Amino acid sequence: MQVLIALVLSMLILARSASAETIYVSNEQDNTVAVVDGATMTLQDTIEVGRRPRGMALSIDKKTLFVAEGDDNRIDMIDLARRQVVGRLPSGADPEFFVVHPDGKRLFVANENDNLVSVVDIAAAKVIGTVDVGVEPEGMAVSADGRTVACTSETTSMVHLIDAATLELIDNLLIDTRPRAAAFSPDGKQLWVSSEIRGTATVFDAATRAQTGKIEFEVPGIRREGVQAVGIVMSRDGANAYVALGPANRIAEVDTKTLAVRHLYLVGQRPWHVALSDDQKRLISANGNSGDISFIDLENQEVVKSLPVGRGPWSVVIGP
Amino acid sequence: MAISNIQLRLRDLSRIRLALALVMLLLAAPVPGLAEPHTMVIGYLGQQRTPPLPLGPLDQTVTDDGLQGARLGIGDDAGAGRFLGQQFRLQQVILKFGETPAEAIKEFAAAGISFVVADLDALQLLQASAAPGAERMTLFNSRAPDDRLRQEDCRRNVLHTIPSHAMLADALAQYLVWKRWQHWFLLVGPHPQDQAMAAAFRRAATRFGAEITVDQPWTFRPANGRADTGHVTLQTEIPAATQVSDYDVLVIADEADEFGAYLEGRTALPRPVAGTQGLVATGWSAVNEEWGATQLQDRFHKLAGRWMLPSDYAAWLAVKSVGEAATRLHSLDPTAIGNYLRSDDFLLAGFKGQGLSFRPWDGQMRQPILIAGPRLLVSSSPQPGFLHQRSTLDTLGIDLEESTCKF
Repeated sequence: MQVLIALVLSMLILARSASAETIYVSNEQDNTVAVVDGATMTLQDTIEVGRRPRGMALSIDKKTLFVAEGDDNRIDMIDLARRQVVGRLPSGADPEFFVVHPDGKRLFVANENDNLVSVVDIAAAKVIGTVDVGVEPEGMAVSADGRTVACTSETTSMVHLIDAATLELIDNLLIDTRPRAAAFSPDGKQLWVSSEIRGTATVFDAATRAQTGKIEFEVPGIRREGVQAVGIVMSRDGANAYVALGPANRIAEVDTKTLAVRHLYLVGQRPWHVALSDDQKRLISANGNSGDISFIDLENQEVVKSLPVGRGPWSVVIGP
Repeated sequence: MAISNIQLRLRDLSRIRLALALVMLLLAAPVPGLAEPHTMVIGYLGQQRTPPLPLGPLDQTVTDDGLQGARLGIGDDAGAGRFLGQQFRLQQVILKFGETPAEAIKEFAAAGISFVVADLDALQLLQASAAPGAERMTLFNSRAPDDRLRQEDCRRNVLHTIPSHAMLADALAQYLVWKRWQHWFLLVGPHPQDQAMAAAFRRAATRFGAEITVDQPWTFRPANGRADTGHVTLQTEIPAATQVSDYDVLVIADEADEFGAYLEGRTALPRPVAGTQGLVATGWSAVNEEWGATQLQDRFHKLAGRWMLPSDYAAWLAVKSVGEAATRLHSLDPTAIGNYLRSDDFLLAGFKGQGLSFRPWDGQMRQPILIAGPRLLVSSSPQPGFLHQRSTLDTLGIDLEESTCKF
């Protein structure tokens, strides 16, 4: 009995050490950010933010959470220690998604209504530059070396590559219909872009910008139009990519070498975006239609819990 | 060094001259479509219409519906085109009352135009599709919902971006049946278009297991509701007109928007109103802000200064289809675009949650149909649970097995 208790206790401690983190979820329809304790997988707090919060990102020092508020044309800054909005940044009109540049000083924001990418100086709280892109810019990514920013435009069906220093367009690559998310591999060699309407992810060689592969997602029992690819996240070692399949209610785990889909996880309804825990063992999806997040144990390849967090969960960020 | 530089320049100059001469030659050549090699000119053929009398003070009189949708499509096409070296331009002709479309088609043919947004009623559409020169074009029907244009009067050179009567009726029927509002009171206006819409409602009821318990023509002529005491007359007339045995929902077929709006809140029994007024089934509505539609609505409002109507959306779909094909093919070749539009691979993002494509059997664009209230989106059909062996979108409208279309 004592052995058993000791075992259970040690397991609990292990579990805790592996998941001592906090999960933040933007609730698009509630105008809130949900705060979830990673260890207990429970909702701890709900922070009121501006209208229609979608894209989120942590500052480099992981002390501040930036939240794009599409209907308020700004980015709120949440102090994670105090769990409240402590500042605002301009963002250009209708910010949907953005990335924090590795220099820690700038945000690159997709302005969905204005066909622009705005560059925001965080310290000065000023838009310091804009780049003309295609119609309805949406997904944003930045290479680890900080040289290249990628922006997808939904109605133009392209990913635009921007030189982060000069803000010039380097190239425009055609993607399948309605591209959503973009992601660079951690080594910067690959660029992945998802297509919502076609349910595909296209892989490019980031240096030559040649297409090197394409994944056409299929879910048994679901028709072509019901399989749509949205959010992408890559593991730190670059071996796996996880792609949210929207109305198919699945997250696909993809082997980045062979581009084979290794596993499909059944999550809540309409997952938009996904995030990986710091130890890379857990994946969390924000499920827009069912108002919850799903916790996926990647080692055992199973969905372990779904937790209601609010209306219209859209993006998810994992912090300390 | 300096001398050789000058020589080089001279040589360059003569080369440039040669190139210029070649370009001039090409420009002068009367080959249609070659005049602007990187430009796709899309035709817009509209017709003069008498705007419907506004029923209430909030109704706007719109005279450019359809055209503005096509214009927005050109802008969106150009958005992608500027990265691919493709330009798009609209050439418009509006037929006057009584004018036939033959001359306009001839004009389009002479300009090398291969794709035309045909914002026309059924009669004019059929005339346009039969006009000399039209056989080498694709006309997009962006206005006429008549089922016969998809059936016995279908044409090889016509694609339909406006939903058919059958699609609208099926979409509403699926929603009403999903709600278990299965007993309908069908009230039908006096015009042929109302009769056609009513026929589609009757077909939909049979298909999806609803029952039309009362089927009645609208025979009243209510006094002008906008007269100073107009509501008094209506308040007494409408209950009398709707004094029938019990039903779940009143379904109205009033395409001209003449009386349907008077029914809500005035029926003898307290029942919801649906059909062409009240809860409407439509290809597009200003209330749609889902599936990224906010951006399309905003772009349209900026351009036209009003909300986007179903005919605007259908015209936008037509122009955007050509642009999408040109993007995918990296080409403005009309034959290639025409073939691609009709292929299995074509898929258009239309802000309704899934890709849109053309049915090979009758040229109709398959698309979700919005179920819209006056201020908010209520639902979108196909409804969950209505299954199909190929695409659930084909539960709406005339399916392959039912089609009598022979190109």
